[in-house]
Amino acid sequence: MITAQNLTKTYTQTVLNIDHLEIPKGQSFGLVGNNGAGKTTLFSLLLDLIQPTTGHIINNEVQVDQSEAWKPFTSAFIDETFLIGYLTPEEYFYFIGELRGRNKADVDALLANYEDFFHGEILGQKKYLRDLSKGNQKKVGIVASFIGNPEVVILDEPFANLDPTTQIRLKGIIKDLAAKEEVTVLVSSHDLIHVTEVCERIVVLNKGEIVKDIRTSTETLKELETFFGG
Amino acid sequence: MPVTNIKPLLYLPIKKSKVVNYSLGKTVVSFFNIMHAFFFVPFSVVLLMEGYATVSVIGWHLGFMALIFVNNFINVMVNNKDSVFYVFAGLFLLAGISQYYQWFDITQYTQPIFDLFFDLPWTSAVLWLLLIGLYFLSFSYFKKHMYLDGGLATKQSEAKTENLDWLNRFGNLGTFLKNDIKLIKRNKRSRTAVITGFFFIFYGLLFFTGAIEAYESPFWSMFAGIFVTGGFLFSFGQYVPSWDSSYYPLMMSQNIQYKEYLSSKWYLVIIATIISTILASFYIYFGWEAYAAVLVGAIYNIGINSYLVLWGGAYVKTPIDLTSNKKAFGDKQAFNAKTLLLTLPKMLLPIIIYAAGHLLVSPLVGYLCVAMVGLLGFVFKNKAFKMIEGIYKKEKYKTLLAYKQK
Repeated sequence: MITAQNLTKTYTQTVLNIDHLEIPKGQSFGLVGNNGAGKTTLFSLLLDLIQPTTGHIINNEVQVDQSEAWKPFTSAFIDETFLIGYLTPEEYFYFIGELRGRNKADVDALLANYEDFFHGEILGQKKYLRDLSKGNQKKVGIVASFIGNPEVVILDEPFANLDPTTQIRLKGIIKDLAAKEEVTVLVSSHDLIHVTEVCERIVVLNKGEIVKDIRTSTETLKELETFFGG
Repeated sequence: MPVTNIKPLLYLPIKKSKVVNYSLGKTVVSFFNIMHAFFFVPFSVVLLMEGYATVSVIGWHLGFMALIFVNNFINVMVNNKDSVFYVFAGLFLLAGISQYYQWFDITQYTQPIFDLFFDLPWTSAVLWLLLIGLYFLSFSYFKKHMYLDGGLATKQSEAKTENLDWLNRFGNLGTFLKNDIKLIKRNKRSRTAVITGFFFIFYGLLFFTGAIEAYESPFWSMFAGIFVTGGFLFSFGQYVPSWDSSYYPLMMSQNIQYKEYLSSKWYLVIIATIISTILASFYIYFGWEAYAAVLVGAIYNIGINSYLVLWGGAYVKTPIDLTSNKKAFGDKQAFNAKTLLLTLPKMLLPIIIYAAGHLLVSPLVGYLCVAMVGLLGFVFKNKAFKMIEGIYKKEKYKTLLAYKQK
């Protein structure tokens, strides 16, 4: 589904350097690494928000920096710049829905599935997104990225800022999503426990390079803890 | 009260009273308080040189200084209370109007009070006592309210979900229009742009009433015509796409065609220009030439300037904080060679075209020529949009990077 080839990004220093990375369709892919390891850089490159210094990324046969044809089947929530502060959550969901060819009824049907996840703090609150707490903003952004049956979902640090109950619910949501054959989920996280629980495969980035590429098993968590602890 | 700067000081080892003193002190040195000194200091010096009694002048001067700062502290305390503001604004307006029409002259009653500070200089001490009293009053008020959920809480307005379904008939364009209307309605900064645009309608009065002699030349009337109808076009249009700067990454990774995105902004600008033109109909009172300048200015704005502002916007790249009015009236980043060059065809070209027609044949021909150029621009809409789209695409990464650096 996604292939990165000779991908580097250099500012004054090289912040990302990936020879080859292949993510097959339907995989749930976890990205871990310390601050500055290049996780967000990789996701930004995937979304064509920055230009690669060398190499390219191909998303479902579309080279992302050449054509925009990847947009209809790819969705993401990276940070609060993916939210429109002066809209209410409802308006925001409908807006995204319209952009992705879904009418109000479709969006409402989708939102109904996430009532638990919202925990009564999102819909009908008479608040603009900018006035919601960080955690609630995150919930909105994550659910909005599920609108319109995307084939690739990219979530940067989805667990950060969420309360424990919501974290557990989100794990369930991502697992369900990953269980669908046709959806490729890319998740980055600082939380090793969460990411080993929801992802089939974990790639460790360190200073821009891939240092580990693991198929998740019962030993994975230990292996990661040793890596980061040592 | 500059509350945002206080929050980080709250949990540092600084005494609360110090923080309050600091922020109250900061309001004292604001430009609006110091500004008056530019008048009062030279005025007092002149009075002294003219031989007025020194003690009286000093007393009067100190009295007025105290009054200005008394105002400052009243201001600090009633800040964010809109009702107080409107009451006072209404009173002043009423006093001004009644003065003008000579119904009632308020200065007859205020004059003796102000004279008192001169005649009996020691009376200004009363004002200083009042000032000190007010300082302590505001000090204790703020000290009591220095909590995140008290005086430091940011105001939250109750949000209402709006559907604006009637715009759905415009398809994808409607999606963006809906958003842009909400953008304008719900954010301080964009509302300021609309208000600025509205006041531009009256800008022409300076030209057509002969109020300023230097503006008498007929070529200036063309200039006025452009401005009267193009207020919103300039105040809003020149900051496309910066209005969306806080969520530009979303826009760039969603399934969005630049053409629809730009079209929505273009329609907004066009609709605003048409509304301005209708509101500016009163210029017909100043003769057909004034009205023709307004109408032709509108045609030129719609046909040519609407593309030019969108084009120029691609180079502006100033992130906009929608919730504050900071930098609402210009920003040095927005002022670069490319945008400056683009103002030439916006302002100068119509004047030149008009001048050519005016001098060679007649004023009427001058107006017709400008209108023709405007209509021509209309015909080439698709071409112009293609070109602007290309520029936006080319500038995409630079724009994204610029918006990240707030």
